Amino acid sequence: MCTYQTDKVTLRGSAKARSGWMKITDATVYYDHPVHFPAGHALLIDVCDPTKGPETRVALELDAASARRLAESILRTLELVPEGLLEAS
Amino acid sequence: MTHDLIATTITLTAHGGDEIEAYLAQPTDVERAGSIVVIHHMPGYDEETKEICRTFAANGYHALMPNLYSREAPGASPDDAAAVARAQGGVPDERLVGDVEAAMRRLTSLATSNGKVASIGYCSGGRQSFLAGCRLPLDAVIDCYGAFVTADSPPERPFKMKAVVGEADKLSGPLLGLFGADDQFPSPEQVEELRAALTAAGKEFEFHVYEGAGHAFFWVERPSYRPETAKEAWGEIFAFLARTIA
Repeated sequence: MCTYQTDKVTLRGSAKARSGWMKITDATVYYDHPVHFPAGHALLIDVCDPTKGPETRVALELDAASARRLAESILRTLELVPEGLLEAS
Repeated sequence: MTHDLIATTITLTAHGGDEIEAYLAQPTDVERAGSIVVIHHMPGYDEETKEICRTFAANGYHALMPNLYSREAPGASPDDAAAVARAQGGVPDERLVGDVEAAMRRLTSLATSNGKVASIGYCSGGRQSFLAGCRLPLDAVIDCYGAFVTADSPPERPFKMKAVVGEADKLSGPLLGLFGADDQFPSPEQVEELRAALTAAGKEFEFHVYEGAGHAFFWVERPSYRPETAKEAWGEIFAFLARTIA
């Protein structure tokens, strides 16, 4: 199905796209048809700076379990950061 | 029929006078032929849907597919364009109808047009094909597993799709609906709701709900593809077009 599900978040950081490193400002997260990953549906993440045009997107297509592991890893990593470092970033 | 065709990218003056990209496939061995507007699925104006256009042309019909994401991402690859369009909330209904209307004008202006035009859409395009059929003078309408025809998209989703079944009484041409029994968007119950609405409106329609198939059974190259179902459904499409626009 086309879920029409779309969750948008703003970001501050950088990503490496086909043209090299770039600033990123936005991410779109949804569970729908992947383009490349061979599954009917997947957790899809588009990271981009909309002002830089469509071709600067960095895309991820993950199965649901992988997406959960990645999300948990991000949260676990942030929880283990020594005190004081998070505020400095 | 030789199945010879020519296919090319054109510029279509579409809704609001916007110049958008479109893909035109034409049979070369016909004196007069019907036409079909092909409405691509949510993943975009991709190679698989261009192949669908060429299949229509190889079988004697002019086919024109507007790139519905041309405005958001001109010249971008289909997946990047789809990502941008999605992030911006999708294609507004009014603009979609205007783009289909422009495609109809272009098709009927072809020297070999017989003046008749159908529409077909896949996935989100299934809903859009139904919507176009309710607002434009199409001679035939095909809905391939279009979701949110009979029910709005869930309110928690930022991507708002309004049900269009309320316009069923305005449906201009006969409708062919092709659905998978294992699909949830649209679910078999929603297909039955559409059937009931069309019956109540006294419209001519024909539905096929295929067992063992879910959403996007026409999408070659993807795990959802069901070759036997797709072959059978292509047969229904060509039989329907022969009755309505040939």
